[in-house]
Amino acid sequence: MPGLEDLYREIILDHHRNPRNRGELAPPASHAVGHNPLCGDEIDVYLDVTDGVVSDVKVGGQGCSISQSSASMMSQAVKGKPVDEVRALVRRFKGMMSIPDEDGNPIEPDPSVKLGDLEALQGVVKFPVRIKCATLAWNTLLEALEQR
Amino acid sequence: MTNAQLDVAAIKAQFPLLQRELNGAPLVYLDSANTSQKPQSVIDAMSTFMEQSYAPINRSAYQLASEATDAYEGARTKVQRFINARRDREVVFTKNATESLNLVAHSWGRANLREGDVVVLTQMEHHANIVPWHMLVQEKGIQLRWVPLTADGQLDLTTLPQLLDGAKAFSFTAMSNVLGTITPVQQLCAAAHDAGAIAIVDGCQYVPHNVTDVQAWGADFLAFSSHKMCGPSGVGVLWGRESLLDAMPPFLGGGNMIADVRFDGFTTAELPAKFEAGTPPIIEVVGLGAAIDFLDGIGMASIRAHEAHMAALAIATLTERFGDDIQLHGSTDTEVRGATFSFAFRGIHPHDLSQVLDQRNVCVRAGHHCAKPLMRLMGVNATARASFYLYNDEHDIDVLADALDGATDIFGF
Ligand SMILES: Cc1ncc(COP(=O)(O)O)c(C=O)c1O
Repeated sequence: MPGLEDLYREIILDHHRNPRNRGELAPPASHAVGHNPLCGDEIDVYLDVTDGVVSDVKVGGQGCSISQSSASMMSQAVKGKPVDEVRALVRRFKGMMSIPDEDGNPIEPDPSVKLGDLEALQGVVKFPVRIKCATLAWNTLLEALEQR
Repeated sequence: MTNAQLDVAAIKAQFPLLQRELNGAPLVYLDSANTSQKPQSVIDAMSTFMEQSYAPINRSAYQLASEATDAYEGARTKVQRFINARRDREVVFTKNATESLNLVAHSWGRANLREGDVVVLTQMEHHANIVPWHMLVQEKGIQLRWVPLTADGQLDLTTLPQLLDGAKAFSFTAMSNVLGTITPVQQLCAAAHDAGAIAIVDGCQYVPHNVTDVQAWGADFLAFSSHKMCGPSGVGVLWGRESLLDAMPPFLGGGNMIADVRFDGFTTAELPAKFEAGTPPIIEVVGLGAAIDFLDGIGMASIRAHEAHMAALAIATLTERFGDDIQLHGSTDTEVRGATFSFAFRGIHPHDLSQVLDQRNVCVRAGHHCAKPLMRLMGVNATARASFYLYNDEHDIDVLADALDGATDIFGF
């Protein structure tokens, strides 16, 4: 059995205890709600996009340490990034989580996309049930992007 | 309270899976409310049946087929006695309790409910006893009313007569899979009948743990699943009052459920075949029969006494050790609760909690337990849930408590 230290890295616990970018954005910001049907967790993602750049992002809702810290790190990583870079980051992150692409093929890591702190979430792959926790915020982010 | 009721060590020894070690340590299985482990006698009954007697049931003249049919129908008689039904033709085998409840909603509901008709549920139902009725709301425009809960997770019956006024059906759980609350089934059935409604009992969490007597209850339908009572998955039971089942249209159509089929129509078979379309889970039904023999051999009253003891001990141990850091949902009165506990612990999310407990081989469920309306009412997205059965002993409670302490080390609250 993989050890818990692979899962609960210090940086993850830090984001869990002190989540960044918590809150809401008023319309016209886009807003999507993601559900993890297995555990009932919910995440709200609010996005402001100005001139093709994510100018602000806020996260609401409740979840476990993995979904909350993933959401927190996601918010830091996408804030200030152009939308196409955000999409590339989502893809890279999903690849790290062993999520296949639309055609069911593995996603090759794109070396030009830097994961930074998000690499701390790599250990989640060893706990397959928790992958859904880690990807919840990212799927919700994509939905919020679609809404514009 | 002493625990002279059950020889748990001897019982546990009959469950091969519970002998298994994971990562060098024994398993502490505390998820029987989800699904139970299987004793050797059930495993043997199913494999012996496959090795010796397996054949189609009901359709063939050869000796082997009649042996298989006897085994299948013999299990039906065991179920009948186990729940004290009047006749074995009132016992219908389904896939699980979910299908049983859907059968009632679909078949009885479609025949008997019209726009504006009222069905009463409680706020602590499992999705299996909610969604089939929501489907009738969408399809037929029936109305749902909900029996509220008290602060300690029992049914608040003060407004029951008003809620039942004019209702056609009252469908409720005999024991909550989230709170462990045991409801006053007999009283609820009587209240339903006083209002002219039928009483549908979800016995999924009750039948595996208590003496069940549908006649003493005065119930009209009872649904439960084999897999939660030491039997295999893949089979469930719907018991129904004969007159109601007889009057209902069939649920699924196909082989076995017909008396005759012509180019211009069909007539249905007699009970219980009328509701058993297609090849049933023959092997699983035989396994369920063996599970009933196993439980009967121990005695349902003794099992209930053991679980009341375990519930009292779990409450005492966990509150003594953790005080306000643990919040046990539901009643502390073991007269009205079984040994299924949802809890919150030191603000640690249930997913994280169960992950950490898993390091000590303690298996608990984390999630909404298919009762999202109740979760919303409780103001949580999820809880951790520990549930005890006849093979759990006092030591398991201590291991749980030790493992909970371990969770604090990681999350440092
Ligand atoms: C109270 C209750 N009702 C219904 C069900 C559904 O049982 P099954 O999934 O076996 O159909 C369950 C199972 O979790 C339950 O606990």
